[in-house]
Amino acid sequence: MKALRISKLEKTYANGLHALKGINLEVAQGDFFALLGPNGAGKSTTIGIITTLVKKTGGKVFVYDYDLDKDVVEAKSMIGIVPQEINFSQFETCMEIVLNQAGYYGIRRRKAYERAEKYLTQLGLWKKRNDTSRTLSGGLKRRLMIARALIHEPRLLILDEPTAGVDVELRRSMWQFLREINRQGTTILLTTHYLEEAECLCRNIAIIDHGQIIEHSSMKSLLGKLHIERFVLDLDSPLKTLPVIDGFNLYKVEEDDAIIEVEISRGQNLNDLFSMLSDRGINVISMRNKSNRLEELFVRLLDKDTREKV
Amino acid sequence: MSRSRLYLTAFSTIVIKEVDRFTRIWVQTILPPAISMALYFLIFGNLIGTRIGEMQGFSYVKYIAPGLIMMSIINNSYANVVSSFFGAKFQKHIEEMLVAPIPNFIILLGYIVGGVARGMLVGLVVTLVALFFTKLHIHSYTIVIAVVILTSILFSLGGFINAVFARKFDDISIIPTFILTPLIYLGGVFYSINLLPEFWQVASKLNPILYMVNTFRYGVLGVSDINIGYAFFIISVFIMILFVFSLYLLHTGKGIRS
Repeated sequence: MKALRISKLEKTYANGLHALKGINLEVAQGDFFALLGPNGAGKSTTIGIITTLVKKTGGKVFVYDYDLDKDVVEAKSMIGIVPQEINFSQFETCMEIVLNQAGYYGIRRRKAYERAEKYLTQLGLWKKRNDTSRTLSGGLKRRLMIARALIHEPRLLILDEPTAGVDVELRRSMWQFLREINRQGTTILLTTHYLEEAECLCRNIAIIDHGQIIEHSSMKSLLGKLHIERFVLDLDSPLKTLPVIDGFNLYKVEEDDAIIEVEISRGQNLNDLFSMLSDRGINVISMRNKSNRLEELFVRLLDKDTREKV
Repeated sequence: MSRSRLYLTAFSTIVIKEVDRFTRIWVQTILPPAISMALYFLIFGNLIGTRIGEMQGFSYVKYIAPGLIMMSIINNSYANVVSSFFGAKFQKHIEEMLVAPIPNFIILLGYIVGGVARGMLVGLVVTLVALFFTKLHIHSYTIVIAVVILTSILFSLGGFINAVFARKFDDISIIPTFILTPLIYLGGVFYSINLLPEFWQVASKLNPILYMVNTFRYGVLGVSDINIGYAFFIISVFIMILFVFSLYLLHTGKGIRS
């Protein structure tokens, strides 16, 4: 059984914008799945349709085999959503917000209190439970949206850029939390602009662009498609001229003579490069990827000229 | 979980949330009608009313009391739903309900009951204010309760439809200011339509609020300008039309779904 099955999904908005052009997508049960794409690619429209906030023009959506058109109550009961924008009442307390959400899913007050305590505690909001939501910081508001989405213990959790605008420390703690609930069996569908986040958390990935899925595979096999990676090498002393080394393309960094960049193709050995540099009296003291691997791929996939070469 | 339990819990959650909302801001919702109605009773009832004399066998202050109570019920049931639903749309927390497995009729009923609750609470407060100025002996409790509930349902639905179409805060005050208030003032709150020329008597009968005010007045004082059975029929027909239209708006997602 798939947690989510989307077939030939179409959306044309009233202004004529053809946002989704018959996309197909499958998310396995228990998966941590990334849906990536540039702004305006169709990610939020897809999520909007799954959560029924956007009306589709065509196609089908199944959540744990429940047809979103026919078994809407069952399908919606399976989904928890953390939207991109803050969308709770600014005048209600954290406790009221999660209790009300529990009520909308048919959870009675006593049980709702127990769950509210559990999730508000896990997300570090218990001490703030009686504070009105408008008094929370941006990061705490994001956490409150996660607590709200989990209160009915959904089997499919959809996170639409959950860590946007969140500081690094908080982002890492949210990753930890999301990994844990995924480990406990909740399927997670994540959209994010932080590609490092997707690479770090997700096992499978789809990339959407101009309303079409241009890539749908496992993270491992996608990253395996990256033929060329660019590394930054920090040297122990500045270079006057860039050495020529057979089989490797080296580049100077204008701002600093003690840094060079090198493109490594799949199959090339970094040890060969280091020994050749060493023969020329050039010592590398540290090395790092110029960009995140997924970011590199993402940019190449979105660029039609380089897509074929990936 | 059974559907009935899910729906009942969701419905009671919306009602509790709505009642919490208007009682939390009682200074904005409950107090103002009490003060303005006290002024109406003082000025129109006591100061001017004593010079007007009797109307249909009752002192003027007693005659206008049911109309003023009904005016508060109408205004507040309307205001509750229009402001709450539009506020939820504006802050986007309406999405909390839209993504949940709640059918549209439960959402609508929840908002209606919230509007009825505020209408009745304000009606009760204004009745207590009225008792400072005149004695009221209820002619028929059944008619009073029935017309109060039906009227507040009707205007809760009106507020809901207004909120669905509203795009900015100005839009939720246009209908109350330019349509509702004139209709209430011309709906027999302050006078009997028998005092009007024949043409205006007929014209007044096109005003649905006349039927509510007069039915309530009949329930309290036992006098009315119109047939009570006909009035209940008119109110019920309006409720059915607006209820179906509201459900249609929710079903099509007007103003709330893309």
